[in-house]
Amino acid sequence: MTITATIKQDYLVKLAQKGKRADGRAFDEYRNIKIEPGIISKAEGSARVTLGNTQVIAGIKMDVGEPYPDSPDSGVMSTAAELIPLASPDFEAGPPRENAIELARVVDRGIRESGVIDVEKLCIEPGEKVWIVFIDIHIIDYDGNLFDAASLAALAALLTTKVPAERFELGEDYPLPLREPPISCTSVKFNGVVVMDPSLDEEDIAEARLTVATDTNGDIRAMQKGLNGSFTKEEIQKVIKASTDNGKKLREQLNRNIGK
Amino acid sequence: MKSDIKLIDGSGKRLDGRTPDELRKIKIEAGVLHRAEGSCYLEWGNNKVIAAVYGPREAIPRHTQNPLRAIVNARYNMAAFSVDDRKRPGPDRRSREISKVISEALEKVVIMEQFPRASIDVNIEVLDAEAGTRCAGLTAAGVALADAGIPMIDIPVACAAGKIEGQIVLDLGKEEDNFGAADLPVAISPRTGEILLLQMDGHLTLDEFNKALDLAISGCYTVSELQKKALLNKYESIMEVK
Amino acid sequence: MGTERREIVIPSQILGDAAKFKAGRGTFVEGGNIYAERLGIVTRQGGYINVTAVKGRYDPIEGDFVIGIVEEPMASSWLVNINAPYPALLHVNEVPWDVEFGETERYLNHGDSIMAKVLQVDAEKKLQITLKDRNLYKIKGGLIIDVEPSKVPRIIGKKGSMISLVKKYTRCRIFVGQNGRIWIDGDEEGIATVIQTIKKIEEESLTYGLTNQIETLLKKDAKDVH
Repeated sequence: MTITATIKQDYLVKLAQKGKRADGRAFDEYRNIKIEPGIISKAEGSARVTLGNTQVIAGIKMDVGEPYPDSPDSGVMSTAAELIPLASPDFEAGPPRENAIELARVVDRGIRESGVIDVEKLCIEPGEKVWIVFIDIHIIDYDGNLFDAASLAALAALLTTKVPAERFELGEDYPLPLREPPISCTSVKFNGVVVMDPSLDEEDIAEARLTVATDTNGDIRAMQKGLNGSFTKEEIQKVIKASTDNGKKLREQLNRNIGK
Repeated sequence: MKSDIKLIDGSGKRLDGRTPDELRKIKIEAGVLHRAEGSCYLEWGNNKVIAAVYGPREAIPRHTQNPLRAIVNARYNMAAFSVDDRKRPGPDRRSREISKVISEALEKVVIMEQFPRASIDVNIEVLDAEAGTRCAGLTAAGVALADAGIPMIDIPVACAAGKIEGQIVLDLGKEEDNFGAADLPVAISPRTGEILLLQMDGHLTLDEFNKALDLAISGCYTVSELQKKALLNKYESIMEVK
Repeated sequence: MGTERREIVIPSQILGDAAKFKAGRGTFVEGGNIYAERLGIVTRQGGYINVTAVKGRYDPIEGDFVIGIVEEPMASSWLVNINAPYPALLHVNEVPWDVEFGETERYLNHGDSIMAKVLQVDAEKKLQITLKDRNLYKIKGGLIIDVEPSKVPRIIGKKGSMISLVKKYTRCRIFVGQNGRIWIDGDEEGIATVIQTIKKIEEESLTYGLTNQIETLLKKDAKDVH
């Protein structure tokens, strides 16, 4: 396991009390983001996102299958995340542990509950055949803030996905029917200070974490609080505001990179 | 569909336009990851693999430690989105077998005696697959190990040859792998020519096998030059003396 | 100095004839030839051919001063991470305090940093370190950064010339561990300058005349110099 020196934590806290972060960013500033769609030829949609030194690849695969019994006219979506040992000396091989599962589920909810994928349009034969969308997130390099990097990668991949109708002899390939996605922004709190887009070091000392997904109207579409610390109501309000502002910027960059 | 695919025509041209002894396009980059101690990104045709090395570090669990030398753990894995039909995440039997033969090939060249009780962990992730992923993976692993500063007597490299419609060809592509008559992936230690990995499936006469083996080995030498270039390129900026 | 080229070599690269030269660090001999065993820089001195690794974990040598981070306090010793392939053992007999059995946590706990010295490296690479030396102690305050162990000699400089420069212009206290860990203490700006400078030294470690370049840069940033 990687070990962090206590004095490093003390140093970060000292800096934070003076309004500074170790890499010189403002509390609500994101690291450099690169979004590259269409990098995996075998996938129906794919994207690589680099956030600082964190690197995530998302791939979309589609298949034809049976709908859920309680929604016979809807397509199906499923999200999985792998924290592969490649990405960090602390990731072990094996079935997904809680961190990977939480990551997958949070990214999934951000997409599912807000109806990003228009599943009504993914019905082939009601009650019999629907399109299934698999979202697979692969963490390649871990340097903090997997939630936002993974979520952006999944969205960029979805926004450039083509339904492989030809392969299944169901007509011509067409773009996956989508609605405007919410953008998620993650913050962490340590020693009474709240910062956005935590670096690895900041995550190491974080007491609490909050992810907020906002849409184009500035409405809230998903939230997740993690770790065993707490937030005050005021802190939550501040985080929501910063998430909405940054959400807008990230959305603009996302649209630019997928060629909208 | 099978009957009307002609894998190789009268003039020796293959489906993708290659001649019988031509390799697919290969691109190799060393030191591409931030957390890993050594890494390599490799494209081979439409294959995209990434390899990362951690270690040497104390082997855990303790019962796996060898008091005399390090152990090399290679883990080959295919991403769910890397293939036509989505692959369920997690190692399947094929991945585990490939992990084993690659580990064994790497153990021959890593100077393991320098690190008793340690493990050198090599992770190979296939992001995009199109025939020959184990050769691409082992080749990337070789570069990643060198990039990590692991002591080795050689940088291992792999390449495959096969038989399609009676002809021995180098580096099988997707359709050739699916519809061809034989596939022979080989890994060597280029300095000595020793064979570190050898697998074969299909049907070859002894004569065909010898031809295929020679062809695969010659392919290995070509790829080995690319590995070395990638490593030197990564560090060439520090070769300049100001 | 002349126009000497620093040569990068890769594993299995042939370096010389074993009959004419001696195989130094980072090389191996086979069939009468000396080969490089690691990615590194080849140097030829006194009849020896050596390869210094460009990257890799710290290879502990007895007598080296290192910065360790305590991983686990045990009954009568501590396990300490010194950026080597193996953790090092610090025994209660090797610290300046009188530690009772089972009381190790009172003195050093998980995450504490220490300036230590490598006491022993045995055949199985089991490592022991000590705090029993005038200059060794538990670290308080400041910050530790990580660099490639292979760059440490350059960061220290000939007879400490490089690191003295950095200390002088930034007014920071700096300790460079042979294991690639550097402790820095001072005011914020000083620390930031030290980190920047060390990064630059790391990147351009093979440049001749680097010491002068660094001095010029530091002079520009420094507010006042004595």
